Amino acid sequence: MTTNAFEAATVHGEMFDTNELVINMGPQHPSTHGVLRVVLRLDGEKVVDAEVVIGYLHRGIEKLSENRNWTQIILLTDRMDYVAAATSNVGYCETVEKLMAIEVPRRAKYIRTILMELQRIASHCLWVGTHAMDIGAMTVFLYAFRERELILDLFEEFCGARLTYNSMRIGGLPLDIPPGWDKKVLAFCDIMDGKIDEYETLLTHNRIWLERTKGVGVISGAEATALGLCGPALRGSGVARDVRKDEPYSAYAEMDFDIPVGVQGDTYDRYLVRMEEFRQSLRIIRQATQGIPEGPIVGKVPRLIKPAAGETYHAIESPKGELGYFIVSDGKSTNPYRFRVRPPSFCNLQALPRLVRGHLVADVVALIGSIDIVLGEVDR
Amino acid sequence: MIDTFIIPTLKILIVLNATLVGVSYMTLLERKVIAWAQSRLGPMRVGPQGVLQPIADAVKLILKEDITPSKADKWVFTAAPVISMVPALIVYAVIPFGPVVRLFGRDVSLYITDVNVGLLYIVSVASVGVYGIILAGYASNSKFPLLASLRASAQLISYEVAVTLTLVSVILMSGSLSMVSIVNAQYNAHVWFGFVQPVAFVIFVIGSLAETNRAPFDLPEAEQELTGGFHTEYSGMRFALFFLAEYANMIVVSSVATTLFFGGWLRPFPNVAALHFLDVIPSWTWFLIKSFVFLYLFIWIRATLPRYRYDQLMRLGWKVLIPVAILNLVVTGIVKVMLL
Amino acid sequence: MAHAIAFYTLAAFILGFAILVVTTKDTVHSVLFLVLDFLFVAALYVMLNAPFLAVIQVLVYAGGIVVLYLFVVMLVNLKRPPEAHSDPHRMTKFGFGLAGAVLIELGAIVVSGYMKAPAVTSPAQNLPVSGNTEQVGWLLYTNYLIPFEIASMLLLVAMIGAIVLAKREL
Repeated sequence: MTTNAFEAATVHGEMFDTNELVINMGPQHPSTHGVLRVVLRLDGEKVVDAEVVIGYLHRGIEKLSENRNWTQIILLTDRMDYVAAATSNVGYCETVEKLMAIEVPRRAKYIRTILMELQRIASHCLWVGTHAMDIGAMTVFLYAFRERELILDLFEEFCGARLTYNSMRIGGLPLDIPPGWDKKVLAFCDIMDGKIDEYETLLTHNRIWLERTKGVGVISGAEATALGLCGPALRGSGVARDVRKDEPYSAYAEMDFDIPVGVQGDTYDRYLVRMEEFRQSLRIIRQATQGIPEGPIVGKVPRLIKPAAGETYHAIESPKGELGYFIVSDGKSTNPYRFRVRPPSFCNLQALPRLVRGHLVADVVALIGSIDIVLGEVDR
Repeated sequence: MIDTFIIPTLKILIVLNATLVGVSYMTLLERKVIAWAQSRLGPMRVGPQGVLQPIADAVKLILKEDITPSKADKWVFTAAPVISMVPALIVYAVIPFGPVVRLFGRDVSLYITDVNVGLLYIVSVASVGVYGIILAGYASNSKFPLLASLRASAQLISYEVAVTLTLVSVILMSGSLSMVSIVNAQYNAHVWFGFVQPVAFVIFVIGSLAETNRAPFDLPEAEQELTGGFHTEYSGMRFALFFLAEYANMIVVSSVATTLFFGGWLRPFPNVAALHFLDVIPSWTWFLIKSFVFLYLFIWIRATLPRYRYDQLMRLGWKVLIPVAILNLVVTGIVKVMLL
Repeated sequence: MAHAIAFYTLAAFILGFAILVVTTKDTVHSVLFLVLDFLFVAALYVMLNAPFLAVIQVLVYAGGIVVLYLFVVMLVNLKRPPEAHSDPHRMTKFGFGLAGAVLIELGAIVVSGYMKAPAVTSPAQNLPVSGNTEQVGWLLYTNYLIPFEIASMLLLVAMIGAIVLAKREL
């Protein structure tokens, strides 16, 4: 009657033999941050191997793009990394601008930078909230979302939407910032400084947080580079690679900021890197807001966007890592021939099996949070 | 007849009802306090400021469909939540809410009974409560709840050792196992044992957080735990009973902490005559205030701290708390003998 | 009178549960009946004015030892389903014979106990403390200190042995 439960439940096959247990995590799971499926092979409590199964959120964005004109694709890019939509918008627009050699006016560049850095803070807010909540500190989640609300209010004032902005156009911006918006951004920066301290008080020196994150998921810089990690996950391992510094785009060449780099490459270092990125983003926003030049908000763009035949790749630093777009135009139609995205979350997720190996089941959730993935981007 | 039958029955009725109402309102208190810590308001719709929420929850849970897994052991499946709940309630038989007072011309003791092994009774009843969790996992006839329940019960019995060792330190101080004598000993010693035995007190608080499966030791019942927790297959009123049992255990632990470490029903500075005006607050109110402070502390800790991983939790219990508790016991014993 | 009623009720329950322990097919149920048995024995101790022994019975036996029994019962892979209790190697006749011999022996002891005069009661009055807890403690730490320490050592050895046997890597 009930022996089925025993035979299935026991990790000892024969008396005191060990069997490996295969558990499935997701695709519906409160902690996988989207529809992600991870199949874990366990030896008792330790993870022997993990297999990541994706595709549950695949919507065919790249294929859909082939049937849309270049401007329409902007709203598709919103939906990939829906947590940081403005960044995806900018990345795509800059790629097309690179292909067509369109000059974006300085004012538009500054505003784009401000929006991207605000988006970075919003994305990191969501990251810290969900990461902390997975490890058990529920309150940080609500504090982080409180600040994210402030940012979403700023965006709503700018372009009317809170999540999927469609807020860029090829060559610049669709609208100018409303009057007084820059003052609100500066006021937000002042508020945010204190709030970052609040998150740090709750987490950074908390003994339980340290025990849960230090030494968990250690990956060396060389191995991280070999696996294709990017963004804060790579910088946590000591590799100082940031597209904003290495290949400056938008107004970043004129901004003064630092790139935080970790030492050990464990979850705690990735946490510290992102916390410091909060502060650096505020620094950039302040500089940009205080120095917005006057001028047009959109450059010289032909009425019908029809790039000459050719292909180009352009990458920007999204909050999750290096977000790259590769577009191929055949010069004849108003749709791209091929539109390919290099999503940072997809590449970072590849490292998950390597990271969880040898750790306990409870660490898997911490590591998924530490890599900071968005399934919209992973699956497109 | 009145003294031996009616009065004890009345006391039992009052205490049981108060406990059950308290337990259901604990759910509301927790939701509200955690909400306020997280800059939100908590339940607000049902009744003014959400005060009737527990009643709404109870009605909903009673009306839910009664689902039992098909191959589950029916008797054990139903008995498990009951086994969890009953020990939490019967502990109240020995907890003193106040001294002997004069009510309606009779000397009535504000406790149901004073067994001379009261403290041991509490510990033994708490150890029987572990069965509820073990049987819940077993009766669900599914591998994840079984493993989760075994881990949860291992956690409970490990921390029971640490907690019992701290209780022994208190017994050393008071010289008796009876709860009423412990409070009287604090009166005679002019100090609450929490100040004389700070180490034991801290270990008791940490240990009881782990014993009641509260954060930061609540991994066995967290959703992030892949193995769904021992109550995965439970729904409706049985599920509610598990959580009410957890809250009831919290209240029990707070009451015990109050009695042992914070002077029970004594007012602050009970021997200082100058503070006699504080006596306008009756003894049992002091008891309730102090228990409430502990409950608030439990909820506050849940709102603030992340959660320990299971192996870190067990390591903390066995490698830190138990040695420190033993050390505390030895030091207490030595000091007591030296001061004899 | 009330004493006798209480005693016989408790004894009936104890014996009833004990019979259920050995006759139930499902091992987990068997263990649970054992727990109930222990709880009733604790009640019997209370009747005998030994409250300390009663709570220790619940704390140690029902709350500790049987929990470990349950762990083992639940974790060990029970290859044989409960129905397959007809063990071909069962020595039923020998078992009954042995049980009968023990029964006769017990009966002989009881009968001879009735025949002898009641023995002098325990030296409880000579102890400087009163109350069950205090007296047990006194005796345990003065007259019976060495057996107490030896028992503790045995338990420590058993614990270490269990850990060494069960650990897979050090």
